[in-house]
Amino acid sequence: MGKFSVIGQSVPRLESEEKVTGQLKFLDDLKLPGLLYGKILRSPHAHAKILHIDAGQATKLPGVVAVLTRDDVIGNQAYDSHYGPILKDQTIVALDKVRYVGDPVAAVAATSPYVAEEAMELIEVDYDELPAVLDSEEALAENAPLLHEKIQKPRQGFADLSDVGHVEGTNICNHFHLSKGDVEKGFRESDHIFEHVFTSPAAQHAALESFSAVASFDSSGRLTIWSTVQNPFVIRDQIAELFHRPLSKVRVIALHLGGGYGSKLYPKLEPLVAALAHKAKRPVGVTLTREEVFLTITKHAAKIYVKTGVSKNGRILARECRVDLDTGAYAEIGPRVSKKSGYTAAGPYEIPNVLIDSYLLYTNKVPAGAFRGFGVSQSNWAHESQMDIIARALKMDPLELRRKNLLDEGGEFVTGERVHSAAMMECLNKAAAAVRWGTRSEPASKSAARGKGLACLIKATITPSISSALVRLNEDGSATVYVGTTDMGQGSDTVMAQIASEELRIPLDQIGVVHSDTDLTPYDLTTSSSRSTFHMGRAVQMAARDVSVQLACMAARLFNVGPEEVVCENQGVRPGDNSAPSLSYNALLLKNFGIKGANLIGKGTVKTRSTLDNGEHVTSAFWFAGAAAAEVEVDRDTGQVRVVRYAIAADVGKALNPLFCEQQLRGGTITGIGLALMEQLVYQGGLLINPNFLDYNLPRFLDVPEEIIPILVERAHPEGPFGAKGLGETALIPAAPAIANAVEDAVGVRITELPITPERVLSALQQKQEEKVKKSTLSRVS
Amino acid sequence: MKRAIQVTVNGGVHELSVEPRETLLEILRGPVGLTGTKLGCDQQVCGSCTVLMNGLPVSSCSVLGVDAAGNEVLTIEGLATDGELHPIQKAFIEHGAFQCAYCTSGLILAVKALLDQLPAPEEGQIRHFLAGNICRCGCHLEILQAVRSLLQQSQQRKEA
Repeated sequence: MGKFSVIGQSVPRLESEEKVTGQLKFLDDLKLPGLLYGKILRSPHAHAKILHIDAGQATKLPGVVAVLTRDDVIGNQAYDSHYGPILKDQTIVALDKVRYVGDPVAAVAATSPYVAEEAMELIEVDYDELPAVLDSEEALAENAPLLHEKIQKPRQGFADLSDVGHVEGTNICNHFHLSKGDVEKGFRESDHIFEHVFTSPAAQHAALESFSAVASFDSSGRLTIWSTVQNPFVIRDQIAELFHRPLSKVRVIALHLGGGYGSKLYPKLEPLVAALAHKAKRPVGVTLTREEVFLTITKHAAKIYVKTGVSKNGRILARECRVDLDTGAYAEIGPRVSKKSGYTAAGPYEIPNVLIDSYLLYTNKVPAGAFRGFGVSQSNWAHESQMDIIARALKMDPLELRRKNLLDEGGEFVTGERVHSAAMMECLNKAAAAVRWGTRSEPASKSAARGKGLACLIKATITPSISSALVRLNEDGSATVYVGTTDMGQGSDTVMAQIASEELRIPLDQIGVVHSDTDLTPYDLTTSSSRSTFHMGRAVQMAARDVSVQLACMAARLFNVGPEEVVCENQGVRPGDNSAPSLSYNALLLKNFGIKGANLIGKGTVKTRSTLDNGEHVTSAFWFAGAAAAEVEVDRDTGQVRVVRYAIAADVGKALNPLFCEQQLRGGTITGIGLALMEQLVYQGGLLINPNFLDYNLPRFLDVPEEIIPILVERAHPEGPFGAKGLGETALIPAAPAIANAVEDAVGVRITELPITPERVLSALQQKQEEKVKKSTLSRVS
Repeated sequence: MKRAIQVTVNGGVHELSVEPRETLLEILRGPVGLTGTKLGCDQQVCGSCTVLMNGLPVSSCSVLGVDAAGNEVLTIEGLATDGELHPIQKAFIEHGAFQCAYCTSGLILAVKALLDQLPAPEEGQIRHFLAGNICRCGCHLEILQAVRSLLQQSQQRKEA
């Protein structure tokens, strides 16, 4: 295709003006008439049996309309008790026992939030405490207390997850295993063996908009749920199963979200709010407090063991990985996280012998789920850190070691399939060049030292999956795009409009976008996995082309030419040979139908497959390829690490909106820096002790580097719209290892536990100093 | 016990009856009907709920309504005049200074307070001043770029 009009342009978001004037409505900004306010009573214990619940006093408080406890849920004919996207291990409220501090036990709906709050204090619950499982090691211990007995699966699970599941009688929520070649043989043939353990703590997404959900039943029993949700179709499916309804009787609507980053996927508040509305017979809304957000979902804490065998010239011959992920009290989407974390645990390298085991473990802590990077940032932290340890031991340039082993175009992934449309080498070379790899710059102060570090990444997108779109050409020649993709800030509405505008030759300001309403927009699996541009973007392109074809056929009859000879341009049609004057879409529709009010509807569906016709397995519909290069300054006196300069190169296929691409890369980097240097959830026993922004540190203006250089590599993907692929998670994944590698380059210490706090750096520096003294003393003695 | 207060919001006087425990944020979003100011941390540390009270930035989540009585409050809704965006709002759009924009109302008002107080801030001063506002999408560098462009504009105006 030749020159584009809006594709490749950094157009601002369609809703920009609403966003800078405070007019854009987030869910909590809207109030339904008659809305009741819901509050949730939560468990104070990590693991306990519920002996008795008495809600009598709470029910009597004026203003309280409904109190929901297990007594309402058990044996209720209107709905089931259990739900869960992969394993039905969650309940609307706790039934027989609570499994973490924060587990919902009861809920109140009242005429004001203050009354609801007061009522909660009147609910009496007697518990019998049980021994708790507090980390993944304890979860695997012999005779460990069990969190769950037998777990049911949903009626229809996800296509990519038929093989996952709980190991009965244990706390193993899922075990993923992958092997290629013969690792033992690989290790025998290796000249050097490296074994390390790396840890990555639980963290919080910290979307500034909280979780909200509003549920309302109409008199016929139709249920409408407004929710801060990235994947409304999954919620519809879960709620329809839970409430015994066909999909047509459940409507889920998501407005614009104030950030998601993976937190707003899968059921959170919806089952409880719907059950509360069912009992109250009035619409009920719940918006969580900040502390409750921290008690709802986290990023998986991980312990990663990596053993690597290399030849003396730096070829990786074998790699064995074991990833233990702490998934908290409920499975949520954890099994998929463990699978994804497992697939890429050996890194973006061509390695002949690989053995990977990824264990997902139940503990009595806040559930962990999807977090931008989806398990890959944890395994990447391990293998990319170890790459530099290996390079150092072999006295090799870390860039050279990576180049030598990198999985590039046509290379064989651990699953045996060939990777294509992934410009790994180009990303690595460009990121390194952007920080002037191989040179050293001067620190700002004498006590500081500067260093540089690299990290590469590969990640898969969810496969197989489906996205459908509709494009409606309105009777005036403008168009409306219907997509189930939720815009949470990434700019999907705008990109979808750009695609429709480009295909239909309609100015961008005449394109409207309707998103994420399961009654209006066709099916989309999810807004996650950085999949929307590739999947939904392509579906919109197909839908727009469907409209173009209809227009061409209509015009062909009028112009007396073949449809292929009709040219669409400037919101109108003309015969290619200019034998007739051009007609606007508006005039064409009027002429064709003879009456105002006719519009055209185009459809597009993208379905990706996990097995090709030739039987070849497809792990991912497209691959994220990228590389980061960090330059840091480490203060030897304080242990403080400051990221000075940072380059992130991503293969985006084609940058449909370069500004948005760069925002994803800069933004992902900044969150990555937060996770690398400061963010961690801290537990005392089973109690999360920093569930707020005062005690949980997030990157602020003073923590952001002077320069983040986004590098957009465009190796077109044959199936992406205009060649485009996703990039939402690319930047976050390599940040921590790139920074840790730069820290070692600067001051010679290796940090293996995240976050890289000043305390950890200082103690590593002290230890190094002591070893040096010991060595020199020993050498003097001898 | 409700109390009668008078507060000026974006130039309009509001006579309200509020509970002593109600925060300025709750009053703005509730009876005043302006939802552009957002609740983030509820702890005065994220800046989402920033408004200007008598020209100074405050976290409206941590100011009681009764303490706002008699004061002048400027919220994001009061910034554009006669449908014309304020230069800060224009700069935010031009430099891509937001993604989800949940933090944007607070940040724009924080930037206004900064530029009102310091006509020519250094980079470090800008970062310090805005350090109380969290942007989780990570648009910090774009926001700084927007602020620099505003400083350039005012510099050019001075020279002209």
